[in-house]
Amino acid sequence: MTTRLTVNGAVVDVDSDPDTPLLYVLRDELGLHGAKYGCGLGQCGACTVMVDGTAVLSCLMPLLTVAGREVLTVEGLGSTDQPGPMQAAFIAEQAAQCGYCIPGMMLRAQATLTANPRATEDEIRTALEFNLCRCGTHIRILAAIRRAQREMQQAAASSPRQGEDVL
Amino acid sequence: MPLGRTLGLLVPVLVVASAAGAYALTWRTSYAPVTRPDPASFEPELVAKGAQLAAVGNCIACHTVPGGDAFAGGLPVPTPFGTIYSSNITPDEGTGIGTWSLAAFRRSLQEGVDREGHHLYPAFPYDQFTLLSDDDVEALYAYLMTRPAVEYQPPANEVAFPLNIRAAVAGWKLLFLDDGRFVPDPDQSDQWNRGAYLAEGLGHCGGCHTPRNALGARERDEAWNGGMAEGWTAYPINGNSPAPIPWTSDALAFYLRNGWHQDHGVSRGPMAEVTGNLGRLSDEDVEAIAFYTASRMGTADLADAGPAVAGPIEAPGEQQDADSQAQPGNASGDRGEAIYAAACASCHESGRPQPYGGLDFHRSTAVNAANPQNIVIVTFWGLPPADGMASAVMPGFEGVLSDDDMIDLLNYLRREFTNEPDWQNLGELVSTTRSGAHTVSVRPADMIERAPRNLGAKEEP
Repeated sequence: MTTRLTVNGAVVDVDSDPDTPLLYVLRDELGLHGAKYGCGLGQCGACTVMVDGTAVLSCLMPLLTVAGREVLTVEGLGSTDQPGPMQAAFIAEQAAQCGYCIPGMMLRAQATLTANPRATEDEIRTALEFNLCRCGTHIRILAAIRRAQREMQQAAASSPRQGEDVL
Repeated sequence: MPLGRTLGLLVPVLVVASAAGAYALTWRTSYAPVTRPDPASFEPELVAKGAQLAAVGNCIACHTVPGGDAFAGGLPVPTPFGTIYSSNITPDEGTGIGTWSLAAFRRSLQEGVDREGHHLYPAFPYDQFTLLSDDDVEALYAYLMTRPAVEYQPPANEVAFPLNIRAAVAGWKLLFLDDGRFVPDPDQSDQWNRGAYLAEGLGHCGGCHTPRNALGARERDEAWNGGMAEGWTAYPINGNSPAPIPWTSDALAFYLRNGWHQDHGVSRGPMAEVTGNLGRLSDEDVEAIAFYTASRMGTADLADAGPAVAGPIEAPGEQQDADSQAQPGNASGDRGEAIYAAACASCHESGRPQPYGGLDFHRSTAVNAANPQNIVIVTFWGLPPADGMASAVMPGFEGVLSDDDMIDLLNYLRREFTNEPDWQNLGELVSTTRSGAHTVSVRPADMIERAPRNLGAKEEP
């Protein structure tokens, strides 16, 4: 039995059993190693990805609940050559130490800023409560998210608004 | 003129007329404003006693906006009749109760009338506080008058006509307020009477755990038979308790003090604030409340099983270690079972003790209860982590599970872990809870977000 879903914009059919956690499908079947296995209990946030725009813990999300939905992983935020705004901000702030939590942090932050581009410092901190970093780079992670927020807002301000005639 | 329209005109006229009559009958005098008492004039022992009593009353929960100044009020309390904003009970002279004499304060608690003689809405549970002794009122007064004064004017209440006329409340009181102090039952022990005094009066357990009638008053014949609080189900805490393992007096005392129990799980929603406050009481008072409550449940004579330990539990699927990648098998092909196995079992079958492990659903009151509201809320939004301290944590599954997924999962839990019939209203509850049409509050399990800068009774006087 195959399950059809969209991953980083591409429609894929996967063969994993329907009760397989999304994390294992991403890593083992699709070869997307960005999302990490940390605790397998939904307590650390290393496996965070976005599904239909919301941050979820992919280690606790069975494949059968993802059918027909849109998954976004850190690989979908940009590439090594062309990092997206969130990735570029994490690089600029040198937010990673060991790096294990970082893809989850980026996806949680991306989901937070997508839902609320003007999220306050408090709102960002609250949103990130489920993502742990054992190296202790929280200050740089927060700085990176604020930088990404600024750059996303500037990009939005300088690009044509939705529905506006681009000619 | 059609009958409906005649009645439509007649009813408000009658209501206003009877409200006016009630107003005339129950006119209350105003107490003259006093100069704010010097905080140093109160004996420290009296203030300390008041701090414990304020914890019993859970005053801070309603009289504080989460994250705001303790006791400054302004929390919206939704009622079927409109939104009431809690008042500022700090000793600020302009916006709080700084100019209230002890007599004025006593009357507000025991009779529901403010200093100027206005009737208070019964969202403030004076129908239960009326049992308070004068000595305890004095201790509460000493405690509140020694809190920091906060200048803050809460928003005006949003209550529709005719209830926006305060005198209409007088009519409510004629029907539903039994003004009078607590009378001990001579046939019961001192401990039972102490527990009854605290639980029925200041503790106002019945405020949430008793169903209310169309006029918002507690149903006298259904005391502690289950009600609602901030969108959550407040379980029956009488003989109809749905807890699969009966509550012993010792288990209740442990739970009320610590906010969790091995056989029952973690307190959450509005009850988390209650247990957070009760943890500050003396052993004697917590045990008295527990003993009285157990007697109401009919379990006061039940021997405690001893220290709470996780025994071997019967559960579907394979046993697995807490951080194993192995998933339990799904032989039957049931969709709800598959979701349970992949999303829930890794914690809920880990065998890790409470409060940090997932509760074995055989022990879950939420899954055994007649109303599935609480398990719906917790599955959607989990248990948010507390700031700066260890707390029970559960991730929410709002972004993971569709409404159909939720229904399949919860039906599976109900069938697999209880002997109860399927819930009838599950689908509607799932969709109205997710959409917010049914409003619920979700806060950390330890109440710390209530007022991070000032934890009320935790703060030593």
